[in-house]
Amino acid sequence: MTRKQKRLAVIGGGVGFLLAAVLLVMFAFSQSVAYFYVPGDLEKTEIAPGTRIRLGGLVENGSVKRGEGKTVSFVVTDTIGTVPVTYSGILPDLFREGQGVVTEGAFDPAGKLFVADTVLAKHDETYMPKDVADRLKAQGVSLGGKETIR
Amino acid sequence: MIVEFGHYALVLALATSILQSLLPVIGAWRGERALMQSGTTAAIASFCLLALSFGALTYAHVTSDFSVVNVWENSHSMIPLLYKYSGVWGNHEGSMLLWLLILMFFSALVAVFGRNLPDTLRANVLGVQAWVATAFALFILLTSNPFARIIPAPGEGRDLNPVLQDVGLAIHPPLLYLGYVGFSVCFSFAVAALIDGRIDAAWARWVRPWTLAAWSFLTAGIAMGSYWAYYELGWGGWWFWDPVENASFMPWLAGTALLHSALVMEKREALKIWTVLLAILTFSLSLLGTFLVRSGVLTSVHAFATDPTRGVFILIILMLFIGGALSLFAFRAVRLKAGGLFAPISREGALVYNNLILTTATATVLTGTLYPLALEAMTGAKISVGPPFFNITFGLLMLPLLVAVPFGPLLAWKRGDLLGAAQRLFAAIGAGLIVAMGVFYARYGGPVMAAAGIGLGIYMIGGAVTDIVLRSGSGKLPLATAWARLKGLPRSSFGTALAHAGVGVTLIGIVAVTAYETETIVEMKPGMTAEAGGFTLRFDGMREGQGPNYTEEAAHFDILRGGVVVDDFWSSKRIYTARRMPTTEAGIRTFGFSQLYVSLGDPAPNGAMVIRIWWKPFILCIWLGTVLMMIGGAVSLSDRRLRVGVPKRAKAKLAMGAAE
Repeated sequence: MTRKQKRLAVIGGGVGFLLAAVLLVMFAFSQSVAYFYVPGDLEKTEIAPGTRIRLGGLVENGSVKRGEGKTVSFVVTDTIGTVPVTYSGILPDLFREGQGVVTEGAFDPAGKLFVADTVLAKHDETYMPKDVADRLKAQGVSLGGKETIR
Repeated sequence: MIVEFGHYALVLALATSILQSLLPVIGAWRGERALMQSGTTAAIASFCLLALSFGALTYAHVTSDFSVVNVWENSHSMIPLLYKYSGVWGNHEGSMLLWLLILMFFSALVAVFGRNLPDTLRANVLGVQAWVATAFALFILLTSNPFARIIPAPGEGRDLNPVLQDVGLAIHPPLLYLGYVGFSVCFSFAVAALIDGRIDAAWARWVRPWTLAAWSFLTAGIAMGSYWAYYELGWGGWWFWDPVENASFMPWLAGTALLHSALVMEKREALKIWTVLLAILTFSLSLLGTFLVRSGVLTSVHAFATDPTRGVFILIILMLFIGGALSLFAFRAVRLKAGGLFAPISREGALVYNNLILTTATATVLTGTLYPLALEAMTGAKISVGPPFFNITFGLLMLPLLVAVPFGPLLAWKRGDLLGAAQRLFAAIGAGLIVAMGVFYARYGGPVMAAAGIGLGIYMIGGAVTDIVLRSGSGKLPLATAWARLKGLPRSSFGTALAHAGVGVTLIGIVAVTAYETETIVEMKPGMTAEAGGFTLRFDGMREGQGPNYTEEAAHFDILRGGVVVDDFWSSKRIYTARRMPTTEAGIRTFGFSQLYVSLGDPAPNGAMVIRIWWKPFILCIWLGTVLMMIGGAVSLSDRRLRVGVPKRAKAKLAMGAAE
C-alpha cells in the first residue's frame, strides 16, 4: 500500500467506527426508551400490550393489596384516570398510599392490568418524582399539604 | 460572629480572585514580571481566605448553630459528630463551597509547585484558574449563600437526609471533587497554551501529572459512590446509569483519553491539537456534570434543592467557559504545529485507537444522558433512557478497546509489529481461553458471553503481567540481571500494568455479578431457612433498637454451611426520627470476593417478613479493580521522569517539580 492508501484506510476505519457507533445509538434508542405517561393520558392514547412505558401518579388511598408472598397490587391515579398495577418484589422504602410513584413495565395481553417490573420512589419526603409533579400540576391536581415541591 | 467572619472571608476571596484573573494575564501580555508574579500571591491568598470561610461553616455545623439556615436545614443536634462534619458538604450551598475550595487549592498548588514553568505560561494558567474561581464565587454569593441567618433561631435542626448519614458520604464528595475540579488545571493549561500560541512536549510533561492526579481521585470518587449506593440504598445495585452517575463518569472517560493522548504528545510531539481539545472537553464535561447535578434539572439524591435561578446561573457559566474555550481553540489551534509522523500499527496508533473509542463512548453516554432533557425541552414528551440503552451502546463500543489494551504497551513507537505482539501475548491469550472454557463447562449451559467476558478479564491481567515480564527480561536473562532490570524499570511501567490489570479485575467482577448473581424473594417466619450461594440462611427473629437519631427494626440471621453455623448478621429498617423517613440497612456478609446481601421488606399479613436475598459472586472485584487503577495512577505519578525531566533553572533550590 502506498502512504496515501494507508492514510485513507486509517481515516476510513475511524469514520466507520463512528458510523457504527451512531447506528448502535439509534438502534438502542429504538429498543430501550420508555415514554412517561400518567393514567389520564391513557384515556386518550392507546398503548399496545407489551410496549414498555413508565407510568407515574399517586398511589390511590386504600388500594394497596398484598397478595401471595411478594406480589403487591395497587392503583395509580392522577384523579382523572386510574390504572391497576401489579408488582412482584420489595417496594422501595418511600412507597406509601397517597404518595407519588413511578413504575416501569408493560400492559398485560388484555391491555387492562399494568405489570410493573420496577417501582421507583427515588425522592425524599419533601418532593415528588419531578415527572409526576410536573404532570399533576399541569392537570391542576392539588398536591396537598403546603408546598410539597421545593 | 464567626459565621459573619466566614461570609466576609468568602467576599475577600472573591476580591483576590478577581485580581488574580486580571493582573497575571495583563502581565504576561505586556511582559511585566512583577504583575505575573502577583498571580502566585493572589492564588495562595485566595485559598487561605476560602479555607477560613469553609472553616467558619464547619464550625457552625459542628456547634449546631441553628441560626444559620444551612445548618438548620441539614443538621440535627443528635447526629453523630462525623455527620456534623460531612453535613457541611451534604447540601447544595456547602458542597459548592467545597467545590470552590478545591479549585482554589489546585490554583495554590500550581502557584507553589509551578515555579519551574515559563513565567508567561504560569501567569496565564493562574489567570484562567481565577476566571473559573471568580465565576463560582459569584455563584455562591449571589444564589447559594451558605451563611444566611434565620431569625428567630429554631431550637432544633431538620436533620441531614438519612441516606447521606454514612461514612461513604463523608469521603465520596471530597474525592469526587478532587477529581472533577482537578481537571480544571488541565483546562487552564490548555487555554493558557492557546493564549500563548505555543505548545511543545514540555507542556504535555507539565500537564500529565495533574491529569494523573485528578484521574486517580476521580476513579476513587466514582468507586466510592458506587459502593455507597450498593450498600446504602438497599437494592443491591452498584451502577444504575443514573444521569447523575453519568455526570461523573463522562469526565472520567474523557480524562482517561487525555491521559493517553498526553503520553503521545510528551514522547513524540504528535496529537498536539487533539490533546489541547481533549483537555478543554474533559473539564467542560466536569462543568456540565456540575450543572446537571446542581441545577435541579434531574431529580436524585444529589439534587438537594431546586431553584431555577441557580440553574440559569450555572448554565451561563457553562456556556461562557465552554463556548469561550472552544472559540479560542478555533481561532488559535491553527497556530499550533503538528508533530511526529507514525505508522498506523505503532504505540501512537494504539493510543489513537484508545482515544477514538473512549471519546466515542463518552459521546454515546452524553447522548443518552442529554437526549431525554433535549426531547422534553423541544416536544414536551418525557422519556427515560435506562440501563438497557447504555449496556448495548457503551458495552459493545468498549469491547474492541478491552481486547486491544494488552497490545498497546507491547507495540514500539513509530512502527510496531502486531503479529510479534500477539506472539508475546501467547500465554495471556491462552490463560484467558482456558479460564473462559473452564467457566463455561463449570456452568454448563450458562451464557457464553459471560464466560468470554471473564476470559477477557483474565487475558487483560495476563497481558499486564506479560508486559512487566518482557520489560525485565525474566526468563531470557539470568535471574539476578532480570531482578536488577525489574527494579530499574520506570515506575510508570508499573503504573500502566497495574491500571490495565485493574480494568481486567473490574471487568471480571461486573461480568460475574451480572451473569451469575441470584436473587430470591421469600416470606419468612422465625426459624425458617432459605438457600443462596451454597449457604443456608436461618431467620431467627426480630428485635427493636434505638440509635442516636433513629429507631430500627432489625432481623437476625444465622448463616449455615453443611448444618454448621459459620456466621451471623443483622439486617434492618430504620426510621429517622426528625424526618420520619425510612431507610433500609442491608445485612452484608463477605466470603472471599463474593457477598451475601440481605434486605428487609414489609411484614406480610400473616406475620411473616418479606426478605430479599442476593448472592453476589465476585462483586468485590469491581471495586478491587478500581483500587488497582488508583494505585497505578499514584505509582505512575511518583515516576522520576515527571519530576526532574523539566529543564532546570540555574537556581537549584527551585527544582522540585509540579508532580507533588
